[in-house]
Order: sequence, then C-alpha cells, then structure tokens
Amino acid sequence: MSDEHGSPEAETVGEATVLERLMPEQPVLRGLFERFEDVTWELSIDQDVARVPNGRWLEFGTATKEAGFEVCVDVTAVDWMRQRPERFEVVANLLSMQHRLRLRMITTAPRHEPTVASLVPIWSGANYPEREAYDMFGIVFDGHPDLTRILMPDEWEGHPLRKDFGVGSVPVQFKESHKVS
Amino acid sequence: MTEDVKSTQTLDVWVAGTEEPELAPTDEGAQEISADESETRLDEQFGRVVEDDYVFDDDADPEERMILNMGPQHPSTHGVLRLQIELEGEIIRRTKPIIGYLHTGMEKTGEQLTFAQGGTNVTRMDYLAPFHNELAYSLAVERLLGIEVPPRAAAIRVLMTELNRCSSHLVALATNGMDIGAVSMMIYGFREREQILAFFEKTTGLRMNHNYIRPGGVAADLPPGWKDDVDAILDELPKRIQQYDDLLENNPIWVGRTRGVGVISAEEAIAYGITGPTLRSTGVDWDLRKAFPYSGIEQYEFDVPVGGHGDVYDRYRIRVVEIEQSLRIVEQVMDTMPKGDFRVDDRKVTPPPRGRIDESMEALIHHFKLFTEGYKVPPGETYVAVESPRGELGCYLVSDGGAIPYRVHIRAPSFSNLQALPITMADSLMADTVATIASLDPVMGDVDR
Amino acid sequence: MATTAPGNLLMTTVDKAARWARTRSMFPASFGLACCAIEMMATGAAHYDLGRFGMEVFRASPRQSDLMVVAGRVSQKMAPVLRQVYDQMPDPKWVISMGACASTGGMFNNYALVQGVDQVVPVDIYVPGCPPGPQSLMHGILTLHDKIMKGEISN
Repeated sequence: MSDEHGSPEAETVGEATVLERLMPEQPVLRGLFERFEDVTWELSIDQDVARVPNGRWLEFGTATKEAGFEVCVDVTAVDWMRQRPERFEVVANLLSMQHRLRLRMITTAPRHEPTVASLVPIWSGANYPEREAYDMFGIVFDGHPDLTRILMPDEWEGHPLRKDFGVGSVPVQFKESHKVS
Repeated sequence: MTEDVKSTQTLDVWVAGTEEPELAPTDEGAQEISADESETRLDEQFGRVVEDDYVFDDDADPEERMILNMGPQHPSTHGVLRLQIELEGEIIRRTKPIIGYLHTGMEKTGEQLTFAQGGTNVTRMDYLAPFHNELAYSLAVERLLGIEVPPRAAAIRVLMTELNRCSSHLVALATNGMDIGAVSMMIYGFREREQILAFFEKTTGLRMNHNYIRPGGVAADLPPGWKDDVDAILDELPKRIQQYDDLLENNPIWVGRTRGVGVISAEEAIAYGITGPTLRSTGVDWDLRKAFPYSGIEQYEFDVPVGGHGDVYDRYRIRVVEIEQSLRIVEQVMDTMPKGDFRVDDRKVTPPPRGRIDESMEALIHHFKLFTEGYKVPPGETYVAVESPRGELGCYLVSDGGAIPYRVHIRAPSFSNLQALPITMADSLMADTVATIASLDPVMGDVDR
Repeated sequence: MATTAPGNLLMTTVDKAARWARTRSMFPASFGLACCAIEMMATGAAHYDLGRFGMEVFRASPRQSDLMVVAGRVSQKMAPVLRQVYDQMPDPKWVISMGACASTGGMFNNYALVQGVDQVVPVDIYVPGCPPGPQSLMHGILTLHDKIMKGEISN
C-alpha cells in the first residue's frame, strides 16, 4: 500500500497547458508505467491500480515480473453486466517482496466469448485462481495449461458468479420470500 | 519351467496374467514353487536380498503405473480433498488434487447479504481461523467507508486474532501428529484448544465462527475479568508446548518421518504464490504482520520464525514457535490495552447502544435502518490482506454504492498453497503424502469457499 | 431391562440384548466435512469424551461402522459420495445430521449446497447449531441411544 500520489506532467503547447497522464512517484512503478503508453495508472483508495488494455495483458505482466513483482497473489473477475461497456473485469493482484509493494492490474473482457491471456507462463501461482475465474465467470484464459472446472462438478452448466445466474435458493417454509415464483 | 520365468531383477514381482502364452490354459504356471533352488533364487524367496533404493527404480515399465484415488472421504486428507495419484510401486509420479467438494457458493451469498451481515458469511470460510476472515473483510469495508477504528477496538482485534492463531496451530499440530502416528498429539492439541475456546465463548458467545469483528470495530466489549482468563491461558500454554516438544522435537521416529519430506524450494514457493508457514519454512522471511502491518500490530514486539530446509519438520517447528510468539503478543496487548470505545462512533455505521433505543427516536430509527437496510458504502474497490495461520488471507471488495457488496472475493491461502502439492509429492513415497498434506495445513472451507 | 431371578441369573429377550449391544459400542464413520467436523473432533477429544460411550474410534472405513455423523455442509459435488458411503455401511446403520448446514442447508440457501442431507440419506437425529457445541452433539448421540433402546428406531 503506497501513499504516493500522482504528479501530473504538464506540457505547454502553445498557450494551453496539456495535462499528461498521471504517473506514480514510486520509482519502480514509475519506470514500469513509462514503458507502456496505453496503460493508465490510478489510485484506488491509496492503492496502485494499472488499467491494462486486453491485448497488452501478457506483455505488461511480464514487465511487472521483471520489475520485481515476484508473486501473483490472486486473479479474479468482476461481472459488471450492463453498467460498463465491457462486461467483465479481470483483476490480478501482485506483490513485490523485495520492494514491499502491491500493484493491481485490471483489464476488461467483452460480453461474448470473453478471453484474456493467461498469466500462468509468468507466474505459476495463477493456475488455480484462473481456473476458478473460468469456472465461476466463463472467462477463457488463453494459454492456460488445464482450463477445466475446479469448484463446480464437471458436468455443471452455467457460470455461477455471473449476475444473470440466480442464487438458486429454495423457498423456505414460513419465511415470507418474494423469490418464490 | 524355470527357464520360462525370467528373473531380470533381484526383486522380480510376479504379476498375475503375465505368464508366457505358451503355457497351457490349465497350467497353474508360476503358482508352483520354482524348482530352481540355486542360492540366489532361495535368497530372493526368503527375503535375504533387499533392494533398498525404491526411489531410483528406473527399470519399471511406465505401463505398470497405477492411478489411485485418495479421498474425498478419507481420514487423513484434512477435509474433503481428493487426490488422484499416479503410482509406480510405492513412488508417486504425478498427483492431481481435485477440489470443490465443499464449494458453498459463499461469494454468491456474499452478494445477497448486507455489509454488516457479510461477516457471518466470510467467517465460515477458513473455519479454523474465523477471526482472520472477519478481520480481512472488516478492514476492506472500513477502507471503502473511509473510517478508522478506535485503538481499543484495534487492540481487541489483535488479541483475538493472535489467540486464534494459537488455536489454529494447535489443531494443525494435533492433526499433523495424529496423521503421522503420534495419536496423543490429537488429545494434547484439542485439550489446549478447549481453554482458548472457552475464552472465545465468554467474549463472543460462540466457540467457532464468531462474527465478532465487524466493520467499525468489534461487536461487544471484553467481559469483566478477561485478564484473569488470558493470564490462565498464558500460564498453561507454554508448559503444554513444552510437553509437545518433549514428545516430538527430538523423537527419532518423528524426525525420521518429517526431515527431508515434502521439500519445497524458495523459488517454487514464491512462483506458486505460497505464503505462510510453508513459505517461511523455505527460508523466505515474509510475514504480512511485519511487511504491511494492520490493526496496530506494529506496536508489539514479536519475532517471525523462519526455517531453512523447506520440509515438514521445519513447518512443525515454525508452528510451535509461532504459538509462542503469539502468546508474547497477547501478553503485550493485555498489558497495554487502551481504554475507550470498542467501535467507531459514526452513527451511520455503528448501531446505537441498546439503552439509548428506548430514550431517543433517532437512535431507534438508526437501529432500524442499520439492521433492515444496512449502511451504504461509497463505490470503489479495494484489496486488504492479513496474515492468517495459513498465509496471506485477502479480501477483494467491490462496492457500487449500495447496501450490499457488488463482489466479495476472498483470496484464500489454502487455495494457493494447495498448488504446492503436486510438486512436493512428485517422486516421493506414498506414506509421505499424509505428512506433506498435514504440514501444508489446508482447510477445505478456505479452498472451496 | 432385565428381571433378576435368584442365583445371579439375568433374563431378557434377544431383542433387548441386541439393542443394548448396538448402543453401547456404536462406531462412527468419519464424515467430517467442514466446521462441524472440528467440533466433532473436539467431542472425541479429552474434554468432552466420547470414549465413555465407546465411540472414540472413528472408523475410516464405512464397512466397519454403524453411525454416520454428517458434520458439515454437503455440496452438490459431494452428494453422490455421501450416498455411496452410506450405501457401503452394513445394516443396522444410523445417521445423525449435525449442524444447520447438514440439516437444512443452513445459512447457505444457494445453488451449491444440498438443502438438507435428508434429501440424500435417511436421517435419524438432527442436531441444530452452527456449529453445535460438543454438548449438543453428545445430547444428540445419547438421544439416538435412547431411541434405539426403547425400540423407536428399529433399523
């Protein structure tokens, strides 16, 4: 959790001042973001977040690993339904033990056939979390060695954590429930 | 007849159905005692020639590999873990853990419960360390709300989580011991645990799955006389830990079964995202309580044990030392417990004291709204991690501004630690499986959620 | 249970003697799934001792046991396994459903859990609680013993 705040780099063009992208002050992160033009950095309640376009996911991941983020703590997903232009968000939480830093990488995946590159070639520990994201959301991870269901039974149909998959609750006697047909 | 029976190795095991096809169908073949009574043959049959190096048995035919299923109902798999093991004799070549037998859909249920109710859901994931689940969740909600808990609440949280670390490690030692054969460890571990659970019951009302650490502080203040109870625990536990050490530490059977077993290297552990005692047993000094301190734990002095060999014995020693260090923290918390509120004073988040409800209309309305609708959390997303007895337990919480979380995801340490199983078990003996699983200490509620 | 005739002679019926034998050494099959399993282990440990009822041996193999304590939440993936283990137990057998999740699905009324283990196996005793403390579980076990002794559950 870093408490660096962004420093906008301003560039004077003519008479107007064009505000460049926000950059972190922490040197390791700064070096990382300087190499990638299309990755935006933001602070989410004092935590560093990198918004990565889908096509650059693997490249950015490799660069972060080289920059010193040895551990991929978790890979998960969020289903935004119709609230965002792209339905799914894939979130990877990274940890650097040598620099004592955390970084969050977020990318998006479309509604139909959501696909994201797999981080397993970079961090082997992303194996099970990505299988869980596939199982729960239906996001396909390109390059994953064994993309099969992990928590649900193999023959289960549907992806439970999607917002259009119902909770599956059964009506309970004497409990006033509007979920009952 | 004897020429037909080929003995190419000193330990040639006769496998049914592999006789030469020239034998007549009714010929009982190799069931007869071999007429060859040469010295070497007799030695084999009487077991005087023993090939000890099972591990390097490269002559075995890959087609002789057998796939064995272990679990999900099994006394030694620490819950409902299923392992498909490819065996070559007694050596394991490949393993595939199959999980999901305890999947409870807790993350989906979390999207139906309010933020205040979320603790009841999350606490049942890692059921041996319920306070840690609640703490990770509460810290995430508090970050989104932008509130800080008062110092007394933070100190109570540290007290409960460190005692929980003791009780969880006691179960780990108990089951570890019982799985390897020291059945009395089971009785010792649970005996000590009863003392700690009695204190938990006095404070929170429940022995397990307490729902005590809530966003905004803790649910209730410590009961009067809690110092005596904690003192009693601090007196008893170190003596009992000495009993475990007497039983296990230099016990040649224990050392023989745990030294050099289930070895994992530091690079593998870091690559697989393994944290907790397993990572520390490989020599990596990483503990979230020191690296990213939370809940005021940086005020207390404690050491973090680190092993060197990465084997089962190191993990057992680390757990014992961690119990001692946790007791050290508990003693410091007890001596320096600040006075004050046990939950934050923000009326929008914390329910009013029960006495006030009769007096003030506003308190009644607040109480009503908080418990029926729940408080609204500003939109945002955050990730908070705590050091649970198994490793890094994190909570990724996304809110869209409503009264219920949009996404609750718990980063479970046992889920990632289980990825170590195939690499530690490869090329080891079947009997070491049990020791390895026990030392990784997976809690299937955490793995499957 | 028996009438004593002079000369230290006990007379009883075969039925009653069989019931007495069945209750006095009921071997549980270990089917601990989740949090309730820890409380079940605590019931078998020293403080609340199940050994005084002859039940501290949790048989690993269902073929050697006559009581199945379903301790914990049963997920959809686990239900066939549960049924298979139940079928492997020889008669007479009894089932105690321990905890809220095993009895009714508990607080998890969702897609992943079987809402009550009695949808898969016939249950004799339900022990409520989340998790039920060792005293509750022992009360449930002793109630089962009572019912068998009185002949209410014949199985």
